[in-house]
Amino acid sequence: MLIKTRNLTKIYPHNDGAVHAINNLSFDIPKGSFVTVTGASGSGKTTLLLILGGLLHPSSGTMVYNGKALNMQKDDVMANFRSNHVGFVMQSFALISYLTAVENIMIALNVRNKNKAEARKQAIELLDWVGLNDRINHYPKELSAGQQQRVAIARALANSPDLLLADEPTGNLDPGLSEEILGILKVINENHNTTVIMVTHSPIAASFGNITISLENGQIKTNNQSKYEEIFQLTH
Amino acid sequence: MNLFKLVLIELWHRKSQLVSGLLAITLGIGVIVGIRSFSVVSEKAVAVNLDNLGANIMVLPQAASVDNYYSADIDAPTFPESYVERIVTSSLPGVDNLSPKLTRRLKIGNESIVLTGILPKSEIASKPIWQQGGLFADKIAASCAPKPGAEPAKYLDERLQRKGIDSLAEADCFIGSVIAQRLNLKEKDKLNIEGKDFTVVNVLPETGTVDDDRVFANLHTVQELLGTGEQISAIEIMGCCSEISDGLLGKLRNVLPDTRITTIGQIVSTQIETNKMMNKISFVFLIIILFVGGISIGNYIWANVNERRKEIGILRMIGYHKRHVYFILVLKGIIIGFLGGIAGYILGTFGAIWLGPQFAGIEVAPIYTLILVSVVISVSVSIIGTVIPAYMAGKIEPFSNMQEE
Repeated sequence: MLIKTRNLTKIYPHNDGAVHAINNLSFDIPKGSFVTVTGASGSGKTTLLLILGGLLHPSSGTMVYNGKALNMQKDDVMANFRSNHVGFVMQSFALISYLTAVENIMIALNVRNKNKAEARKQAIELLDWVGLNDRINHYPKELSAGQQQRVAIARALANSPDLLLADEPTGNLDPGLSEEILGILKVINENHNTTVIMVTHSPIAASFGNITISLENGQIKTNNQSKYEEIFQLTH
Repeated sequence: MNLFKLVLIELWHRKSQLVSGLLAITLGIGVIVGIRSFSVVSEKAVAVNLDNLGANIMVLPQAASVDNYYSADIDAPTFPESYVERIVTSSLPGVDNLSPKLTRRLKIGNESIVLTGILPKSEIASKPIWQQGGLFADKIAASCAPKPGAEPAKYLDERLQRKGIDSLAEADCFIGSVIAQRLNLKEKDKLNIEGKDFTVVNVLPETGTVDDDRVFANLHTVQELLGTGEQISAIEIMGCCSEISDGLLGKLRNVLPDTRITTIGQIVSTQIETNKMMNKISFVFLIIILFVGGISIGNYIWANVNERRKEIGILRMIGYHKRHVYFILVLKGIIIGFLGGIAGYILGTFGAIWLGPQFAGIEVAPIYTLILVSVVISVSVSIIGTVIPAYMAGKIEPFSNMQEE
């Protein structure tokens, strides 16, 4: 099992009363699965993704990653977790505007103390893999939306992550490009045995996964919980 | 790509911000350097003027008063000339010049004169106004003046300077303007004092002091003429005013316990007050610049942090620690501080060199040691100004890039 969560809860304080963005979520995610997280706006999808990716501290609850309990309140622990195990693909691409495609990938390698020549070589290989070997020195503004998302995917793969988290990765793309990006994610999942957790509104995107967690008011939908367990039993 | 390169790329990418940040620190440092360049020159001028007031410490025999010294009575007490050596060998800081003197009031015909034996170089050094008479061509460095590295010291051997050099021939003398008038003497005339012929080598310009009534001759000649042996009436000392405040008189009394040591109060207080004022002005300027410079850089970095919230969020998202964020911003501050320090030095120095003669009528020379001072101040101010914005940047959540959309 790659991830085990128990009673994960995130409460946002508010003048009108505390908001439970996610509430007592307990589930397991097997290695190599492609999990899609769906639900209406405000259901807690993104909050869950942020907590799973070590970007947000939960108010309570625990997470075991690859058999090891993570201290999710410690900033340094979570930063190391992100740099060593997790890749992120965001709807907004999250590229740094003044860095070229290759440099955007190299900054992810930099945090892992790769030497410059080695980092550049690996970054170029990744760009080649996502089909952008002719766009190495292009800035984000010189790339199309689909190309920018492919750079973001290449960067997400820079640290050879066990876990790839994607937040609405096709939200800014037209249907053709969306399918292309989803196809790349599927290949990463199947060929590299990388676990993918993708938040999406799109039923088409959701169909790419083999496990779906559907959220409602911060909790797994009751009917969905049984379906999740059923699928989980079938696949493992 | 390391963090240093990341910072350089970011600086280059936001050139207009870089220019405005650099401008703030450059102007600040430029003002400091400009003011300092001016003040060094003006401090020197002030110090020379203060020195022109003459000696400020008198060493007299225990039983003598200042009146005894100036009246030069035949019975005025004396003390051994070797006391000069004692001061010289003590190497007290702040004793910038010594002038041993033996004075006696004598008659030449019906005219009363004050014969004063001196060791000439040290006498000249303590009375810069005499140098205008052309007796000795070289100028003597002012006592309390700052010592810029570029300017060679007048006397490389300080002890030599203090001892004075016996270069006034034993039969030569120079005379005050009033005496010259009363005795109708001019250069190269002969003057007989107590049976000994002297040649007038110079008539000193009018000073408006008791010196106008004096005839100056070599100390050792005067001692022989008056039969006093190696005795002197007084030692005039030009003491550096800051050292006087720090207890120079007490130290001199320890060296010469059987003498009476007194200050010429008005001169000393003027010197001390002037020096204090100059120091205060420099200090106030420094505080203003540190305050304004720190706020300017802090404001610049703060604006930069706000503009880069998304970018900092991205870096944190891909695994950068808070310390990396601090490092990036402080490094940026250091780079701007360094460049600003250099640019500020150049601006301030050239500004002072250009404006000095035009507006203040003074020649300003570059002070090369200020490069280091400029860079140290500039980088320090930049680091101080960066600390709070960097700390706040560290608090930016790693998911900020998602919130900003």
